[in-house]
Amino acid sequence: MAFIDYYKALGVSKTASEKDIKKAYRKLARKHHPDLNPNDKEAEKKFKEINEANEVLSNPENRKKYDQYGEHWQNSEAYEQAKQQQSRQQRAYQGQAGGSGGYSERDFEDIFGNMFGGQASGRRGSGNSRFRGQDFNAELQLDLKDVYEEHKRTLTVNNKNIRITIPAGVENGQTIKIKGHGGKGVNGGPNGDLLIQFSIHNHTKFKRNKDNLYTTVNLDLYTAMLGGDLMVDTFTSKVKLTIKPETQNGTKVKLKGKGFPKYKKAGQFGDLYITYQLKTPTKLTDKEKELFTELQKLR
Amino acid sequence: MEVTDLISINTFCSHYKVPTTFIHDLKEYELIEIVVLNNDHFIKTTQIIEVEKLIRLHFDLHINLEGLDAVYHLLQRVENMQNKITSLQNTLRLYEDL
Repeated sequence: MAFIDYYKALGVSKTASEKDIKKAYRKLARKHHPDLNPNDKEAEKKFKEINEANEVLSNPENRKKYDQYGEHWQNSEAYEQAKQQQSRQQRAYQGQAGGSGGYSERDFEDIFGNMFGGQASGRRGSGNSRFRGQDFNAELQLDLKDVYEEHKRTLTVNNKNIRITIPAGVENGQTIKIKGHGGKGVNGGPNGDLLIQFSIHNHTKFKRNKDNLYTTVNLDLYTAMLGGDLMVDTFTSKVKLTIKPETQNGTKVKLKGKGFPKYKKAGQFGDLYITYQLKTPTKLTDKEKELFTELQKLR
Repeated sequence: MEVTDLISINTFCSHYKVPTTFIHDLKEYELIEIVVLNNDHFIKTTQIIEVEKLIRLHFDLHINLEGLDAVYHLLQRVENMQNKITSLQNTLRLYEDL
């Protein structure tokens, strides 16, 4: 865990009074509180930093230790004991051999880094304020086909398996909240929530806007001019469409209820919009060219 | 309304260690709805998350009721705008590949 300069975190000087620290903390807490900055990870990180800084600096004893030992303030007692022990050993050694030596300040820091380094990250606040646990944010990648029907998924969050139901019709970027599955509350505060944001990838030929689907189908010149039947794909099956004579390029038709399921409205679907794209024939034979020329003369 | 959809204000306040007057104040500011059944006062369980948030803002951040009123409505606007942005981004994807 990176060292946080608590004074810098609160934006106060090392000579700041208790009142100044309290005032700075309250101001920054209002600015970065997760409730006031929904889905803002930077604000959440900053809020944790200022909380930690306030818990240490608002307690005179802890502040004194922090001023003296910096990032190792939590291990100050052990540090002092080890220092005294070292001093005793050094004196004994000097008494025996008359030499000098021993550990430097830097060595002590290394020793404590090794002995207590792991404990620092487990630090918890000792203040009385109840804080809601942090919200956990997760992104779930799904294919568009996956969200056509309601289905269940098991997610592993902090070594716990959570089985969630993903309703049909969820949208890209939509977030669902699983209450109480976030970080643990502080001092009896409520647990945070697990926020799952869906990232939906579309590898189909259909474009989606909410519960409507859009696609383009090719229409040959003769069917467009004379009319006829055309088989087209819907999202899940095929349908036969009747093409009216003299259908123009870019004509749109709506297939009602053939779109995407409506979110949390079981059995209801949006529409499928089909745009006809006229494909004119290429590599004309001499005979075809002749006939088209005749047609041209008729117009 | 089903009783299971409601929580008594006394029970709620005792659990969250807040005075019942605070809940009534929230109602005065039209931030929450209070249901009265047989002279007992309840809040809807669906509102608990919002009330929890208001409790934190008031008691942890010392935001007074007028401030809560302003913050609450601004947060609603932020949420609506975020939903709108997501919706617009999804609509934009329709045209990006054209």
